[in-house]
Amino acid sequence: MNFGTWPQRALTMVTTLSAAALLALAPQAALAQSVAADVTAPLPPAATAPVLETTEAVPAADAAVPAAGTYKPLGADMIKGQPVDRGITFQQQYSEDGKFAMWMHDAILLPVITAISVFVLGLLLWVVVRFNRRSNKVASTTTHNTFIEVIWTVVPVIILVVIAVPSITLLARQYDSPPEDAVTIKATGYQWYWGYTYPDNGGFEIISNMLSKEDAVANGEPAMLAVDNRMVVPANTPIRLQITGADVIHAFAVPSLWFKLDAVPGRLNERLLTIDEPGIYYGQCSELCGARHGYMPIAVEALPRAEWEAWVREQGGSVAGDVVEAVAAPVVAAAAGTEEVAAAVPVS
Amino acid sequence: MATTADQFQAHTEDHGHHDADHKPAFFARWFMSTNHKDIGTLYLIFAICAGILGGFISGIMRMELAAPGIQYLGYWVSLMGGEASFDANLHMWNVLITAHGLIMVFFMVMPAMIGGFGNWFVPLMIGAPDMAFPRMNNISFWLTVAGFSSLMFSTFVPGGTGMGAGIGWTAYAPLSTSASPGPAVDFAIFSLHLAGAASIMGAINFITTIFNMRAPGMTLHKMPLFVWSVLVTAFLLLLALPVLAAAITMLLTDRNFGTTFFDPAGGGDPVLYQHLFWFFGHPEVYIMILPGFGMVSQIVATFSKKPVFGYLGMAYAMVAIGVVGFVVWAHHMYTTGLDVNTKMYFTAATMVIAVPTGVKIFSWIATMWGGSIEFKSPLVWSMGFIFLFTVGGVTGVVLANGGIDDVLHDTYYVVAHFHYVLSMGAVFSLFAGFYYWFPKMSGKMHSEFLAHLHFWVFFIGVNVIFFPQHFLGMDGMPRRIPDYPEAFTYFNQVSSYGYMIMAASMAIFFVNLAYAFIAGKKAGDNPWGEGATTLEWTLSSPPPYHQFETLPVIEDHQDYHDHRQPAAT
Repeated sequence: MNFGTWPQRALTMVTTLSAAALLALAPQAALAQSVAADVTAPLPPAATAPVLETTEAVPAADAAVPAAGTYKPLGADMIKGQPVDRGITFQQQYSEDGKFAMWMHDAILLPVITAISVFVLGLLLWVVVRFNRRSNKVASTTTHNTFIEVIWTVVPVIILVVIAVPSITLLARQYDSPPEDAVTIKATGYQWYWGYTYPDNGGFEIISNMLSKEDAVANGEPAMLAVDNRMVVPANTPIRLQITGADVIHAFAVPSLWFKLDAVPGRLNERLLTIDEPGIYYGQCSELCGARHGYMPIAVEALPRAEWEAWVREQGGSVAGDVVEAVAAPVVAAAAGTEEVAAAVPVS
Repeated sequence: MATTADQFQAHTEDHGHHDADHKPAFFARWFMSTNHKDIGTLYLIFAICAGILGGFISGIMRMELAAPGIQYLGYWVSLMGGEASFDANLHMWNVLITAHGLIMVFFMVMPAMIGGFGNWFVPLMIGAPDMAFPRMNNISFWLTVAGFSSLMFSTFVPGGTGMGAGIGWTAYAPLSTSASPGPAVDFAIFSLHLAGAASIMGAINFITTIFNMRAPGMTLHKMPLFVWSVLVTAFLLLLALPVLAAAITMLLTDRNFGTTFFDPAGGGDPVLYQHLFWFFGHPEVYIMILPGFGMVSQIVATFSKKPVFGYLGMAYAMVAIGVVGFVVWAHHMYTTGLDVNTKMYFTAATMVIAVPTGVKIFSWIATMWGGSIEFKSPLVWSMGFIFLFTVGGVTGVVLANGGIDDVLHDTYYVVAHFHYVLSMGAVFSLFAGFYYWFPKMSGKMHSEFLAHLHFWVFFIGVNVIFFPQHFLGMDGMPRRIPDYPEAFTYFNQVSSYGYMIMAASMAIFFVNLAYAFIAGKKAGDNPWGEGATTLEWTLSSPPPYHQFETLPVIEDHQDYHDHRQPAAT
């Protein structure tokens, strides 16, 4: 087949088009980011402040003691991970793996798939313009061209290898073993709510149900995502998150932490999670689990380590304070390790 | 072509018309049919009916999802004779998603592609008088109908929190076992048994027909690509469906006979079910798209007036897709807790599929390249297919990455992805094939204007439905939820408007059908001109009740798929 100069010209056109498309998309992505900022900004700060002030420790989440060092649920101003109204891209990421994964998507996958789609569209349009019955009265009889066939086999292979390298890296990172001193938290999916157990801290379980729409709005939180008792975790600390299901399969998913793991009955799935900063991160059950599948949201509340420890004590749990002091050094080392990895990420 | 209609039908002409074209009376013809064309017609009518129902259900879903909150589910519960309550309403949602998925996969796409077009055109294209096992062909069809009835019946009996089976088309245990008491799920599972048995018999029939009943001279490498696609599909069916049958039989015994295949309390494992299901389920997605590939190949060549570019590459790309399709199943299970090596393997293997798929996309474009193209409706639908399947394919490459899938799994991104490859891939190829072969099947010409209009409205509609769903998924909206946080409102609304556009286009389709039957011009033997060189175009439109009583001979010097020698009439 004689492709002549058409492929070159078509390629030029397609390149221009894809560049234009990317340029057109870029401001939108930026817009989405700014929308994200807008959403969190105007919410009333600390809408939960006037919550009942009691000293009883057990009912946890809504029992707030405003003394220093004691637990008070984070207010709506601390909501960080939530869907963005009209958002067209991923939620902002608050874990190193999430940032790396999002970089991989935005810098490699999205440009590649956009370019391929635009390229195919360009070729089709070119065919319409150039090879319609009027422009090309006599059809060519070409049926083979080994060279071009090799090209369109090999080039996709190369593209896939380019994708595979960061993809495999990402997988390896996601499966890093938790360090020995990681905080263990077990999330159990029930029909239709979540239970969070802290086996290293006395084994107490927090039951987390969805708040009604009215309560959520009164709290300044998004309806369908707000819960009565959040899963309270330490920020900047490796968490050994274990997931299991009590009845059917559920899935523990928090998009802004790039985390999703199925809660399978009879299995204990485990994954390392380190949340970069304190805040509230919402997610929803992501495996069909029966009637109220849409009504068992996940709310992770990451607190500074000290505040989290205070919270644990309020639940009647223990932190084994002296032991924590003793292993402080490895914690620092682990943190330093994460920072190094973070520095290695080109864009985040 | 060395062979012409006159030669094939010589026998018919000799004996007057009564022998080849004598049709049985109505009941015997349509209920006891052993004629591949009649059975194909039955399958197509059945698929259109199922498609209307499945499409109507998606309308109910888009209506509910147009705004946050539960709006209409209670109404549908009451309409179905149930008692509306919070849980019953939500259960209705799960019944809707389950029914939509099962109907569209098992009772719309598969019957239309394989049962409908496969039955109609495989014998015609290979120059055979009928399928190898005509009576098995008949029971295949009626088992499909029985399966559909079983699924419909399931919606009227209790299924746990409400009436009907609310387990998703994947029927994951233990939701489909211990968590769904009541007979609904048993009927839904049994419907899959019936449809599966029908498909296995269909597959045996196609393999036997294609291997043994090709006209003299038609070697495998001279078969039209549509026949190749059905052959590969038949093998996929034959190898994949028994695994599904095993898996769902285990569901039934777990439910009713105290076994614990998928119950950890008795030593079983819920994830085992997913492995079995997706070992079937992934080949299944190729089962749904491969015949579409075949149709698009025929259509693109016909209207470009050129032979298919890279015929062997095209045929073996389908074989490669079929083979690799069997070793990528766990990419549907990235979040079930697979270990890192497994995930790496399935990431790599899944991406490999992009290569033969790319070969096909580029070969179709190369087929058109240098052609003298007539943009008749079948080609326009095929070009829509090529572009939209590419879009669905590249999001598949994104999802193939186990690490990226951690955030996209079970979100609307996945919904958008598989609707791009199915509701735009498979369905576009179905419409392309329908407009391509409708004149042959009915003997009447449809309106090209309406067919083009149908295309453009449908094209806009489905893109408005499904493109914003990528955004919803990336923003974190899970699948299979009837209600959602406010932030997802905008794109859900857009998506629901898209449904209305799509529904309008379907009205155009049915108007076009009515027009064709009432006022359509009579179709000639070959309405598409010199590019249409496969054997079905040498027959009358519609073909005689029994064709090829004298077998056509494909001569040696002719490269069958090569359209360069059409002159030797």
